[in-house]
Amino acid sequence: MTFDHQTLVAFSKSWGLFYLIALAAVVLVYALWPSNRKRFDRAKNSIFNKDDRPGD
Amino acid sequence: MVSGLTVSERRLALVIAGLIAVCGLAMAIVGRNDLIGAHGFIVLAFSLGVIALVATRYLDPEPPEDRLSQYYDDPTKAGIVLAMIWAVIGMFFGVWVAALLAWPDLTFDAAWASFGRLRPVHTSGVIFGFGGNALIATSLHVLQRTSRARLPDQFSPWFVLIGYNLFCVLAASGYFMGVTQSKEYAEPEWYADLWLVIVWVVYFLIYIRTLQRRKEPHIYVANWYYMAFILVVAILHIVNNLAVPVSLGHAKSYSLFSGVQDAMTQWWYGHNAVAFFLTAGFLGMMYYYLPKRAGRPIFSYRLSIISFWGITFMYMWAGSHHLHYTALPQWVQTLGMTFSIVLLVPSWASAGNALATLNGAWHKVRDDATLRFMMVAAVFYGLSTFEGSFMAIRAVNSLSHYTDWTIGHVHAGALGWVAMITFGSLYALVPWMWKQERIYSPALVEVHFWLALIGTIIYVFAMWNSGIIQGLMWRTYNDSGTLAYSFIDSLVAMRPYYIARTVGGLFFFAGAVVASYNIWMTIRMSRRAEAAGRDTVDVPASAALVPGE
Repeated sequence: MTFDHQTLVAFSKSWGLFYLIALAAVVLVYALWPSNRKRFDRAKNSIFNKDDRPGD
Repeated sequence: MVSGLTVSERRLALVIAGLIAVCGLAMAIVGRNDLIGAHGFIVLAFSLGVIALVATRYLDPEPPEDRLSQYYDDPTKAGIVLAMIWAVIGMFFGVWVAALLAWPDLTFDAAWASFGRLRPVHTSGVIFGFGGNALIATSLHVLQRTSRARLPDQFSPWFVLIGYNLFCVLAASGYFMGVTQSKEYAEPEWYADLWLVIVWVVYFLIYIRTLQRRKEPHIYVANWYYMAFILVVAILHIVNNLAVPVSLGHAKSYSLFSGVQDAMTQWWYGHNAVAFFLTAGFLGMMYYYLPKRAGRPIFSYRLSIISFWGITFMYMWAGSHHLHYTALPQWVQTLGMTFSIVLLVPSWASAGNALATLNGAWHKVRDDATLRFMMVAAVFYGLSTFEGSFMAIRAVNSLSHYTDWTIGHVHAGALGWVAMITFGSLYALVPWMWKQERIYSPALVEVHFWLALIGTIIYVFAMWNSGIIQGLMWRTYNDSGTLAYSFIDSLVAMRPYYIARTVGGLFFFAGAVVASYNIWMTIRMSRRAEAAGRDTVDVPASAALVPGE
């Protein structure tokens, strides 16, 4: 098989599609996994733990 | 600033600046018959300036040991000042090039002042000079605060900041002389590109090394955006600038790619420069400074993660929408168009997340112009990402491409989103950095806000009108099937809009001048307070914050 334009097209249209779907699934599972909630809640509040202003 | 460095760091600074001075001298000698020789002298003068700065303070006492229990903010402070200097320079040239289109005589018959040379000074000045310095300054601040760790050493952040500004100086001075690769947002020639690679790798290593020392278990989302910005810009920059110089003594180089491959590589780079330089980094700013200023945590942390990965993986494929109706294969164009439309999802997720965060803090948005800057930035981010997705559709692009609509779109993003989020973040950051209760004049922040908003609206509306009229005139046929208007007809029709655009730009530029004054006066307030002997600092965590870390 020669490596040409059609090869790239076929690759993009098949594996490119699968890898983006897989990636989306992984990200959604990671973001919505119930036990990660605590870690995310802590993270989003962590920026308020210590104020930058003088005197605080 | 120099007295904050240890003696060994000062020595290292002298050695590195000395090496760069030698490189500059070599460039000046080898390239004496070429423009690269002039750049050699600039590198030489720049590094001698750095050497003089360090040498005059070389014998100052060492900084106290307890500095290690504080954050290291000197490079951030310098970065803020540099960002504002570049903002004024870059926007001044922006107003000039805008005026050139309405009054072409403003080149004063000088080659260096022709449109083709001034325009990249404007684009690089605002994107790399203003935006880049603001990104470096804020990223080093956010990185330390969210990791609760001090930067790993004091030398490398200075290397990044000063080295990056050397790159910016080489870029801008090169354009005046006519040194350019003719690639949008990648104009600097091979030697400047190589230098930027070194600086950028050190920048990324600072990030990794600080994250390794972090006391927080989770890496806050703003850092992900900043890291995507650094990493992807490195990849884009290296690939797009693969080129072979004529010789070591010549500024000119030839790209490794040719024809449509070169165009595709360039716009893969160009669009991702928008995505990762002008979007990801500034989203990092937004995800830290907006919740911080509003006093409310981000509306949905999960959504911020989903939109992060969405943006990272989809933007990569959108670049080919710059090449609709070209020799680029149809399926690549369609790919770019499709991904551009899908991109609306993560983009609006971020914009919506920011606005939902402000829900419940609208009274603060009303009273606090700093927070209002960030709110308007989020709105313009939502608007310009929608517009971008829309313009990427091939049929829409057939009307909009090559017209001023594109310029209007870019400035809705650059003025409305990038500059507004930067000004908002800097107004929040400056009092923290210089240990002041508030900025010198909140009233001037208010003045700046309205100048910026009015300027942006005038600019964007002028370019929308102008662009659509231009696009329609170019495709209007008469009864005999030939074009109804000549190109010069469309130029005449553009003139009122070009004048309006200059006025809008002038408003925005005036706002940046007001901001610089306000920030400078805040710095002077801090110096007076320091002289009166008041000093307070915040400190990084000394031990793990979570048991079992």
